[in-house]
Amino acid sequence: MNVRTRAAGWSAGLTGVLVAVVLVSATIGPVTVALPVVAKATLNAVGVPTGVRLASGTVALFGATLSVPVPDLSYTYLFAFPVESTDETIVRRIRLPRIVLGAAVGFALAAAGTVMQGFFRNPMADPSIIGVSSGAAVGAVATIALSFSGPFSIQAAAFVGAIVAAFAVYVIATEGGRTPVATLLLSGVAIQTFLGAVVSYLLLQAGESLEQALYWLMGRLHNAAWSDVAVTAPVALACFAVLLSYTRDLNVLLLGEEDAHTLGIEVERTKRILLAVSSVVTAAAVAVAGAIGFVGLVVPHMMRLVVGPDHRILLPSSAIAGAAFLVATDTVARAGPVEVPVGIVTAALGAPFFLYLLRTREVHSL
Amino acid sequence: MSLDLPDLPDPIDALVGDGADRDTPSSHDRPAMPATDGSLIEVDDVSMGYDDVTVLDDVSLSVAAGEFVGLVGPNGAGKTTLLKAINGVLAPARGSVRVADQRVADLSSRAASRRVATVPQDTTVAFEFTVEDIVEMGRTPYHGRFSGDPDAGEAVERALERTETDQFRDRSVASLSGGERQRVVLARALAQETPALVLDEPTASLDVNHQVRTLELVRDLVDSEGKAALAAIHDLDLAARFCDRLAVLADGDLLAVGPPEEVLTAEHVGTAFDTDAAVLPNPVTGTPAVTPLSEPGEFDATVHVVGTGERTARTVAALSSAGARVTVGAVPAGDVAAATAREVAAETVTAPAFTTLDAEREAEARDLLVAADAAVVVEPVPAALRALVRDHDALVRIEDPDDGPRGNEKRSGADRSRGDGAVDAAEAATPETVVAGVRRALDNPVAADD
Repeated sequence: MNVRTRAAGWSAGLTGVLVAVVLVSATIGPVTVALPVVAKATLNAVGVPTGVRLASGTVALFGATLSVPVPDLSYTYLFAFPVESTDETIVRRIRLPRIVLGAAVGFALAAAGTVMQGFFRNPMADPSIIGVSSGAAVGAVATIALSFSGPFSIQAAAFVGAIVAAFAVYVIATEGGRTPVATLLLSGVAIQTFLGAVVSYLLLQAGESLEQALYWLMGRLHNAAWSDVAVTAPVALACFAVLLSYTRDLNVLLLGEEDAHTLGIEVERTKRILLAVSSVVTAAAVAVAGAIGFVGLVVPHMMRLVVGPDHRILLPSSAIAGAAFLVATDTVARAGPVEVPVGIVTAALGAPFFLYLLRTREVHSL
Repeated sequence: MSLDLPDLPDPIDALVGDGADRDTPSSHDRPAMPATDGSLIEVDDVSMGYDDVTVLDDVSLSVAAGEFVGLVGPNGAGKTTLLKAINGVLAPARGSVRVADQRVADLSSRAASRRVATVPQDTTVAFEFTVEDIVEMGRTPYHGRFSGDPDAGEAVERALERTETDQFRDRSVASLSGGERQRVVLARALAQETPALVLDEPTASLDVNHQVRTLELVRDLVDSEGKAALAAIHDLDLAARFCDRLAVLADGDLLAVGPPEEVLTAEHVGTAFDTDAAVLPNPVTGTPAVTPLSEPGEFDATVHVVGTGERTARTVAALSSAGARVTVGAVPAGDVAAATAREVAAETVTAPAFTTLDAEREAEARDLLVAADAAVVVEPVPAALRALVRDHDALVRIEDPDDGPRGNEKRSGADRSRGDGAVDAAEAATPETVVAGVRRALDNPVAADD
């Protein structure tokens, strides 16, 4: 069967699963909302951006508050089903932002994980392998521990930390214009260890904000707002589009770098682009949700078992499955009597699955 | 001749959706055919190395369209490095490599891979791609970032068919045997539709049958499609059999380039591989066959060999590789034993075939025999030579395996009167037994009985 057809088929099927998971998830919570009501309220929330103007926003940086222009989109809402206003508020204001943010984060992490595993030809690779998560952790924990304030400050600091860490790993591993994958992997491990020490030290200094810092480190989606979605989702989709255009190159890179070169791939440039884009997409996810582990490791593995190694099919399937996976695990995380950070749930489900993979056919050689 | 536009860098491809060079695949995607002299691959004075080690030193070589050139030489001679300079994986430090009239170093890997296809040394694929997927990857240089390759289907079908891999097109490439996988990788290279093909040890991990089939296929592609092929090949006999010319590379230098029968001489092989070798025509294919001889041993003796034919030749080679100085004679000119004697530089008395031995040659042979510490007689000895060996102290007889009853008799009777080192037919003809026999004869010389 044609690759495009298979990719489209898998994407459509998994999107169906994702929609179902989203709707079911939105019914669950302290107040149970019936599925048809959820469906109507969700459709009411579907808006198409139809206008943009610049508004003034503020960013807090090192104690100073800066005014910056922020694009402000106006939306036209397509549906207006009659829904009781409490239900509408619960679904639209409380549950959907969190669910959609979870979907965007899962989508981003799984996409980046797929690319990293292909790129490193190593099934242990995940999106944070080149220090992105550790860098984000340093940025976020520093902000929390040193008590900066502002609407985006934790997220912005995490994002900047993530990008700086990834760039540092890349620069350390690059010599004479070449970036050997093994060096990259090892310098990533070294930088992660170093940044782990920095985070531990910052936690010691955190004082009263220790709990908030720990919650960030565990990865969580609570208090999600549409403004988080508005930042993360476009970045994730834009990066995904770029990665999607490199899926053939990723397939050929699996044959080894020299073979890839003789098949017409500009190896070093392709590696740079893939690293940069997957670091940005990971940073965008980690900045809003904290270090959620195992999504980027386990989901690509699961999908590889199902759809095979061809990235043209694997990348979109993994990304959508990652979205559905994180929405589902976050529902579990918030459905219990006490809410737990979603990172605990993903790791608790992901680690056993990974061990199962280790014992079966997928991971016989590294 | 059509112009080949330089490839646009990919970011621009991404912006414009499709590189300008892809809009008209028929005129631009096919590399220009070579200029007048027909050389598709031209390596000019190429020097290169890693760090401080020079791997290639002023190497020049050209391969014409429709020509299959074999690159032979010992491990570490620089064969793989030369191939990588041709396919653009490595850039030469000095000199130039041109393929289809373009300097490879100036080309993007995309443009280079439309000119040279590579069959790598290691063909293992760790991921479960199907055969068709792998072959289709050969079309990568023709794909745009956002557009397909209209010729892909046809090129892939043709490549699958030519290499007889279409029967397992849907199988995972990881499930194939080494020989099948080699054909798949060859199909991938074929799908690249390049004028030039480089192969790095295409037969290294294959059994004899698949070695021959693989090289036959390459030969066929070169002949029928006019490709220029350059292959590093370990097996000198196979290289000689399938290649138009051989290039002997040793220590970064081209020792010799030319038709196999001119290039594969004991001298070249000896210099290049630092070993003694015998080069004789292969009795079946008629192409040179190289037999490396083991490192000369410590057997310090002069041994004279009398006899004719294949078994004598083997005896001469065995003694020579054991370290003995070998003299031979008399043998008929043109006998395989005479050829082997020449190869191992044994002093030899040859006589015209099918005549009786004249007195002069008999005397020469006798001189050699007397000067030797031991003599080996390989039965059956022609009547003309029998007189020669009648009375010699240390005499080893290698019985005639076809001489059934007599052989048996000798084996049980242990014909000691003719020397303690008799080697009987059943165990004869292995180099070890021959050498051991001569050693025994030298240790306990027994006077001849008549």
